[in-house]
Amino acid sequence: MTAPILEARGITKSYGHVRSLQGADISVDRGEVVALIGDNGAGKSTLTKILSGALKPDGGEIRVDGVPVTFDSPVAARRHGIETVYQDLSLALDLNPIQNLFLGRELPAKGLLGRLGFLDRAAMRQAGEEAFRSLSVRIPDMRGAVANFSGGQRQGVAVARALMWAKRLVFMDEPTAALGVAQTRNVLDLIRRVRDSGVSVVLISHSMPDVLAVSDRIVVLRHGRRVATFDAKRVTSDELVGAMTGTLELSGAA
Amino acid sequence: MTEATSAAKAPIAPETSAPGTAGPSGPPPGLGARILARPELMIFGSLVIIVAIFIAMNPTAFLSPINLRNIAVEASMMIILAVGMTYVIITGGIDLSVGAILVFSSVCSLLAMRWVGSDTAIAPVVGLAVSLGSAAVWGVVNGLFIARTKLNPLIVTLATMGIAMGAARLLSGGVDLTGVPKVLIDEVGIGRVHGVPVLVIIAAVFAIVAGVVLHRTRFGLYTYAIGSNEQGARRAGLSVDRHLVMVYVISAVCAGLAGYFSLSRFASTTIAGHGTDNLKAITAVVLGGTSLFGGSGTLFGTTAGVFIPVVLAAGLVIIGLPSFWQEVAVGIVLLIAILLDQMRRKSGSR
Ligand SMILES: Nc1ncnc2c1ncn2[C@@H]1O[C@H](COP(=O)(O)OP(=O)(O)OP(=O)(O)O)[C@@H](O)[C@H]1O
Ligand SMILES: [Mg+2]
Repeated sequence: MTAPILEARGITKSYGHVRSLQGADISVDRGEVVALIGDNGAGKSTLTKILSGALKPDGGEIRVDGVPVTFDSPVAARRHGIETVYQDLSLALDLNPIQNLFLGRELPAKGLLGRLGFLDRAAMRQAGEEAFRSLSVRIPDMRGAVANFSGGQRQGVAVARALMWAKRLVFMDEPTAALGVAQTRNVLDLIRRVRDSGVSVVLISHSMPDVLAVSDRIVVLRHGRRVATFDAKRVTSDELVGAMTGTLELSGAA
Repeated sequence: MTEATSAAKAPIAPETSAPGTAGPSGPPPGLGARILARPELMIFGSLVIIVAIFIAMNPTAFLSPINLRNIAVEASMMIILAVGMTYVIITGGIDLSVGAILVFSSVCSLLAMRWVGSDTAIAPVVGLAVSLGSAAVWGVVNGLFIARTKLNPLIVTLATMGIAMGAARLLSGGVDLTGVPKVLIDEVGIGRVHGVPVLVIIAAVFAIVAGVVLHRTRFGLYTYAIGSNEQGARRAGLSVDRHLVMVYVISAVCAGLAGYFSLSRFASTTIAGHGTDNLKAITAVVLGGTSLFGGSGTLFGTTAGVFIPVVLAAGLVIIGLPSFWQEVAVGIVLLIAILLDQMRRKSGSR
């Protein structure tokens, strides 16, 4: 059996007295959709940020393909093919959708101009439009600031950015929050498509039906710890809620 | 900070329609919305109207070469400061120290030129290098404090303003120094090419280059990105700290250049003459539509914003009104500009 593409063990993180993560574990295999669920404040976003390199853990071990790594910046995680849709989307609102897609990875202009810092705006625009189209993300205005987009359209830009660059793993922190049924189904379809192309997904969601519909495995986080892992085929919504709130653990212990 | 903000819970865009169905992109925005989105056009329009009024009221005096040259030279000095300030404000910062850095670097520059001998051929070159170099040091100090310690730029640059100004007075003994190389005064300060002051030509080239860098290069793009969402910029892999230091160095070097030009124009240091330069530069930048919240602005707008106070000052005198009206008018326009900025932010629901 090959090692998981990403594995984290005993991750801890405190903010002052708040112990957000108290030894959290998670592992993701290739081409797998793992749902990460838990109540508000369980530490899902904190774990996501740590595994994306956006936040430094206090302790614990992260392995990529079984090899220990330290992510000292998001760039380090990206080098391993890991991309993230942050819960706050992390977009530059004054920039347009194309600029957001390519931020930090701009295509330089050819030749001397490129070395002077000029950008190949036409090429980025073409590639960006192509990415939005292939992901069925509709953008009202390619030249307009993302600030003028609806919340949903902004989320589309963030999702497209992560999916466009992800080689191996995408973290999606509540990409379907407050969505209509149809829009949610489209995102879930995207997740399946990404998975089928060999890229793993870690989906964070509060919607049990969505989680059950799309994931292969479900990891439950409570008080900064993994308290249960379920096979999505053999678990019910009630069991998940029980694990998140702690009642299941109690009844199981009794 | 927790992330459970309203923006995070917003609906999503990937829509159900098949790819390729372009769909209507909503109704075209109204005129008000478009002007809100392009404040620099509004300020440019105002400038054109002001100029037109002065020309209509007294064409011979307003269009006289001497008046035009005066306006252009005044604006040139300010535009150099305002260029750096535009970069700073786009990152969401502010730089109060530019006037003091100008004075400090001009004192250092002049002392260096006198030390190598004001009439030697290398004096102007030494002076320029010392001027830019001594200014850049302050930029590094500002930038490091602001980027690394997360101190408020207003306070950091207020502090360096005081230190730089005090240091300039200590170095000069508190009195203005003379001894500016004659060649510098003749060729740069009062020099002209085909009737156009050299200072104006240099400032114009400088502003154009700075505008191209801001609007067309990766460096400029990162300046906007950091002002829009600093944390997002870090997550996108940008070296935010290094970029901020560079931006404050740019602002300081602009002040150093202005200090050098000030020497060449007035043939001495002008220690007491730059107390409000920082506020004038900020005024020009904000008038020009650059948002004090960071993330948006243009150098074109800043240029128009520089000219408005200068044109008003010159024009009011020509039509026989007290030039104090200039301060009143600029203050009012400034208030309007920041009100519009505020409205723009709200409509973008940031
Ligand atoms: N920057 C921070 N400063 C202080 N405390 C923080 C910070 N970020 C998170 N926390 C705390 O860490 C804990 C875990 O937060 P986290 O955002 O990871 O939860 P979550 O599982 O993503 O919750 P939600 O479902 O509401 O998004 C919470 O108690 C939160 O208050
Ligand atoms: Mg969260």
